[in-house]
Amino acid sequence: MYKIGVIGDRESILGFKAVGLDVFPIDDPEEAKKTLKRIAKEDFAIIYITEQIYQYMMDLVDEYVDSRLPAIIPIPGKDGTLGIGMTSVKKSVERAVGADILFGGDN
Amino acid sequence: MERLNVNPTRMMLTTLKKRLATSVRGHKLLKDKRDELMKEFLDLARANKEVRDEVEKQLASVYSSFSVASAVMSAEVLEEALMFPKQGVQLEVGNQNVMSVNVPVFDFKTTADDPTDIYPYGYANTSGELDMAISDLSRAFPLMLQLAAKEKEAQMLAAELERTRRRVNALEYVKIPQLEMTIKYIRMKLDENERGNQTRLMKVKDMILEQSIKERREADERAFQESVNPGEMAKIKRETAVEEETFQLPPA
Repeated sequence: MYKIGVIGDRESILGFKAVGLDVFPIDDPEEAKKTLKRIAKEDFAIIYITEQIYQYMMDLVDEYVDSRLPAIIPIPGKDGTLGIGMTSVKKSVERAVGADILFGGDN
Repeated sequence: MERLNVNPTRMMLTTLKKRLATSVRGHKLLKDKRDELMKEFLDLARANKEVRDEVEKQLASVYSSFSVASAVMSAEVLEEALMFPKQGVQLEVGNQNVMSVNVPVFDFKTTADDPTDIYPYGYANTSGELDMAISDLSRAFPLMLQLAAKEKEAQMLAAELERTRRRVNALEYVKIPQLEMTIKYIRMKLDENERGNQTRLMKVKDMILEQSIKERREADERAFQESVNPGEMAKIKRETAVEEETFQLPPA
């Protein structure tokens, strides 16, 4: 049985608690990195991270890209999307094909 | 393209030929795998983009409801209202094999008894926007799971695709030309040896032939001399003995 975690600033992720996810309210990127490292070892299958924090910890997230679990997924925070999620989709296309042949131009 | 550093022997040629055949076959198979992966991946990436757009749109509306709720309610009350969630989520992770890549499949179960009654608070001292936000969020949640599954699958396929692409290219542009080059080199070397051998044999044969003709002539000469002048025989015999001793093969 796996759990789902959400990392982000308190206001953005409060609601996720109501639908039954484990929330980790965090404001400091360093703190977030530590938390991510810690919970990635536990039985979390999916970890959502708000883009506002995600942008500071991409290097850490990249370490988990090739492992099967956990899936670390950026979601928009309360201040709206920063386009990081889309960038990561693009990045995987670039990695696979060698060039962005799908979403070139339209972002 | 540099050839492999091997000894030009027949055995090596056989080994390399086998390796070339394997490489060509592997190249073809990997190429097929790459094409199929590419097809899967591009579909997936498109779907991934759509799901992400949708999730971001829905979350935006959830957040706007939330911010209204947090504006009309005090932070403490809001926190208190959401402190003990009624609903839990249990996630099962399955396995799906996509082109020999094991991708996770997420399947979730909610633990709330009644899916319409997920609000972990009384309605008396909370605002209606909070209800909206939470019901929106619980509706967006399956989509978020789908997003997670798709995105992970896309990442893993991308990694596999990258690996396969590299392998195909390495075989196509390095390994196979290298093997072909080496095989050609060994073939040429062996042919050259063969020709060298042939020439040497012909040369030796010529020399042996020449010598036997010479011997035959001398024997004829002796026989002739003997028949003409039997007394000279012993002298001629001595001469030929000296000749045979000093006779040497000319350098080949």
